Amino acid sequence: MNVRWLRCVVLFIAANLLIGSVVCLAQSDKDQYEYIDISNPFLRKIPLAVPLFKNANRTGEEKRLSDSSADLLAASLEFTGYFKLLDRGAFLFDPQKDGILTPQINFANWTVIGAELLITGSLKESGDNITMELRLFDTFKARRIIGKKYTGKKADQRRMIHRFCSEVIKYLTGKPGVFGSKIAFVSTGSGNKEIYSCAFDGYNPHQMTRNHSISLFPAWSSDGRYLAYTSYKKGKPDLFIKNLAEVQETTINKKGLNITPAWVPGKFELAATLSFSGDQEIYLLTGSGKVIKRLTNLRGIDVSPTWSPDGKKFAFVSNRSGSPQVYVQDLASGKVRRLTYEGNYNTQPNWSPQGDKIAYASVVDGRRNIVVMGFDGRGLLQLTHESGDNEAPAWSPDGSLIAFSSNREGPFRIYVMTAFGTDQRRLLVMTGEQTNPKWSMNAFNN
Amino acid sequence: MQKKKWIFLALVLVIPGLMFSVSCQKKLVDASPEPMAKEEPKEEVVVKEEAPVAYKAPSIIMQEDIYFEFDKAMLTPAAQDNLLRKAEWLRENSDTTVTIEGHCDARGTNEYNLALGDRRAESAKAFLVDLGISASRLTTISYGEERPVCNQQNDECWAKNRRDNFVVN
Repeated sequence: MNVRWLRCVVLFIAANLLIGSVVCLAQSDKDQYEYIDISNPFLRKIPLAVPLFKNANRTGEEKRLSDSSADLLAASLEFTGYFKLLDRGAFLFDPQKDGILTPQINFANWTVIGAELLITGSLKESGDNITMELRLFDTFKARRIIGKKYTGKKADQRRMIHRFCSEVIKYLTGKPGVFGSKIAFVSTGSGNKEIYSCAFDGYNPHQMTRNHSISLFPAWSSDGRYLAYTSYKKGKPDLFIKNLAEVQETTINKKGLNITPAWVPGKFELAATLSFSGDQEIYLLTGSGKVIKRLTNLRGIDVSPTWSPDGKKFAFVSNRSGSPQVYVQDLASGKVRRLTYEGNYNTQPNWSPQGDKIAYASVVDGRRNIVVMGFDGRGLLQLTHESGDNEAPAWSPDGSLIAFSSNREGPFRIYVMTAFGTDQRRLLVMTGEQTNPKWSMNAFNN
Repeated sequence: MQKKKWIFLALVLVIPGLMFSVSCQKKLVDASPEPMAKEEPKEEVVVKEEAPVAYKAPSIIMQEDIYFEFDKAMLTPAAQDNLLRKAEWLRENSDTTVTIEGHCDARGTNEYNLALGDRRAESAKAFLVDLGISASRLTTISYGEERPVCNQQNDECWAKNRRDNFVVN
């Protein structure tokens, strides 16, 4: 009874978090899939306990790695917004004395403090290598859900932890989450606007361009091998396509603007705004910079394309009605439909990788705020309120989170929130201002 | 001798000036079918007072920015007046080329603003070309909101940033 109830609760929460349709496991052990429609974005976080790991040799270094692994695991799962991490001070558990395997765990000790899920771990150091055993338990069911063993170099600690996090999130939501993704953004820290990138959680930000000029609008290709962006490094706004493995770049430097690249999902093609015709129009280009065709054909500004996940449609910004608004165009038919009608300044659309929503920045009472709407323009939900300017929304690869740029604390910085606007937090602190975030696809396929 | 020189100088300066003002009149009407709200009447006063001086240091006119309304690339009457004077100078100095930089205020978002700045620069270029300035002498570049002249968040500052800047090469 308890088991079924919990499972239902877990799935319901996961479904809520995942917007629209989500896979629901049936009550039998045989997995049956069922799509449920969720209209209530109520969030109930799953209480999760992540005690410190057990370690065999108990050397200083091993303990340090062990503790930092447990902390990283807890922080990474908390980052998703699905969990409430329980305070270790309340645990009736000693990682060194008590066992971490199913028969050794007293599940009542966990259910009594409210934990519904428990992750135990052990870490063993041998030379340069570490071995981790990680297990996810359902405390009410008193059963192990996932058990994994990872061996790697010490430097792989983050990857090992994040592999396991992916397993956990995949079990709960049906999708591997964001743990293998990166976020590219623009920062003025060096004195110029340059492109940077960091891990999904803000870890290890590093500078990707050294153009000593204005660089803007980073865009990851679906396979993560290329980064397109605009830079003034040759004196005017040109488009560059950087092969991340080989350092070589393709340049698109037609007369006028060469801006706002957006890769077609799964293809070596991208849309971008070029103004060589005298009008700012969106073109489809090959990844090597050749124009395939012009996509928009109306006098006025057409900018900021963003693709539906199937690559059959793109949303973009146009001022054809007199003010900047979001439109959607069908690639094959060329048919265009206006999506936004509220307000007179709606820009920076970003199509959710799940396909059901489009996030954009809307000027509301003189300030920019993040709004999410259905792909048909219905069901508007404003996610930021009374917190400075909030702009450039970028979906995480699983559609559960949105990165954006905000000046709520003074300078523009990168923030992250859930798809329903909860858990808004700063991603990282750097010198200068950070803007234009773009989330990469998830590199982990498991 | 001295007197003759002065007369000659006056003719050189005044006659082309008169010609330009006549030839431009019609264009001005064409370009602004709908009269817009007056912007910065102060500027016009300054123009009248300093008109003779402008010929002694002609590049001053090129250093003046022209201004736009929010989310607009249309030339205001004041901007058109200013461009008429720039056209005069450009005719006088036919060996020069000019880069027209389009700029925006920071209230919008930078993708759209780059496109808007492009249109602002192109508006000025098209107007000057209509006045007979060769298109090959005029290049445009948009900086969107990336290079503000004023960094405060108020109306006055935003108005200063919504501009075309002219760089004589």
